[in-house]
Amino acid sequence: MDLQGFGHLLISGTWITIQLAISSLLVGLVFGLLGASAKLSKNRLARWLGTGYTTLVRGLPELLLVLTIYFGGSQFLMWIAGFFGYDEYIEIGPFVAGVTALSIAFGAYATEVFRMAMMEIPKGQWEAGLACGMSTPRTFFRIILPQVWRLAIPGLGNLFQVLLKDTALVSVVGLNDIMRQSQVAISSTKEPFTFFLVAALIYLLLTAATTGFTMFMERVANPAARGHSS
Amino acid sequence: MSWEWGVIWQYIPRLLEGAWLTLELVLVSGLIGIALAIPLALMRASSRTWVKAFPFAYIYFFRGTPLLVQIFLVYYGASQFEAVRESFLWPVLKQPYWCAIIAFSLNTAAYSAELFRSAIQAIPSGEIEAAEAMGMSKPVQIRRIIMPRAFGIALPAYGNEVILMLKGSALASTITLLDVTGMARTIIARTYTPLEMFLAAGMVYLAISALIIALFRLMEYRFNRYQYYHHTDTPEDLDPQLRDQHIDS
Repeated sequence: MDLQGFGHLLISGTWITIQLAISSLLVGLVFGLLGASAKLSKNRLARWLGTGYTTLVRGLPELLLVLTIYFGGSQFLMWIAGFFGYDEYIEIGPFVAGVTALSIAFGAYATEVFRMAMMEIPKGQWEAGLACGMSTPRTFFRIILPQVWRLAIPGLGNLFQVLLKDTALVSVVGLNDIMRQSQVAISSTKEPFTFFLVAALIYLLLTAATTGFTMFMERVANPAARGHSS
Repeated sequence: MSWEWGVIWQYIPRLLEGAWLTLELVLVSGLIGIALAIPLALMRASSRTWVKAFPFAYIYFFRGTPLLVQIFLVYYGASQFEAVRESFLWPVLKQPYWCAIIAFSLNTAAYSAELFRSAIQAIPSGEIEAAEAMGMSKPVQIRRIIMPRAFGIALPAYGNEVILMLKGSALASTITLLDVTGMARTIIARTYTPLEMFLAAGMVYLAISALIIALFRLMEYRFNRYQYYHHTDTPEDLDPQLRDQHIDS
């Protein structure tokens, strides 16, 4: 395929896409853990908030989320800042808007994955941790989380693939990712099929790499199974 | 922040117009998608490598690339070829509506084929063997046993796929179609009230997904009746004459 010298543009776009995906993943994991803790909490308000979050976000198109945060986010932030006496204009760039929107969406699905994984952990594990004299947060981070992690990785891997594909939506608000850069290349070469196909192949490569990475992580997170196989 | 409820009320009819298009896109491409998915799933569940190869590549491509790329490939990509522009297909391929339908159908076909395949493979092998023992030919088995059973098994997962399709249909707005999202963007360009209009659009989407979820609950209750059957104990005070010894014991 003849890229007519636009290869470097696509590579720079790929790099932006990867940055966007990984940043959203990290923020989204935090949202997911918070959401799962809220949904499993004894506090009724927290449960209510958690359920509201997942129901709402999982019913909304990701594109709508991206558009709302990009076009409405600065208005919203300026309103908040107004209470603190800050009246300057606040602008949200496409990258920040993209990370915010994608991590909110990822977090809603990750909440369910973490919740299922946490429910799989026997209650005895908590009790054993407390019996050893650990505090509740310490039990959570030392005993529960490493096991939740192992159970959650296959689900999270799938969600990350969805996230990776959703990064293409941020090109709609002008982020210079793979999609945007292919459009730039198309506007001068007039070869839409070629460049969108190349973009599709790059995404395919990225999702394939993610599958491989997920399998690797599953091995890392599961020392017991690793011991048997060797 | 200035918040204007008036704008939402004023433009609600336009958003509902957009909702019709969204529903139409989901319904039409959903039906075409199922029609494509069934042969793909049957081929994918085959044990012969050369039969499996095509559906495998198809499903891998459409599940591994963003829907946005697929829409753009159909809508912008098709015009690159002289042969396409001069063929009888061009009147169809130059319309954004049909391009969206084509892209959504191909996309959902890949996802649903994978769902149907796992449903086909989840049918207890005893049931297929029973059909075999009754002397059913392969086509009769597929029509009478495999398809109805796989349909019931796949139903809950397919409901999720329809919700994902609804969310994906928002991408139609990127190729100038006026679905809910497209309508909201057009209105915002005129009124500059992004938060209000996107909130209203979001409510429309939530209402549609609630509708879809309810519909699938009903269907599941209807088609998977056997899972909801509860044996009720015979009441103690029932006329002894009516008691059935077999059930009582």
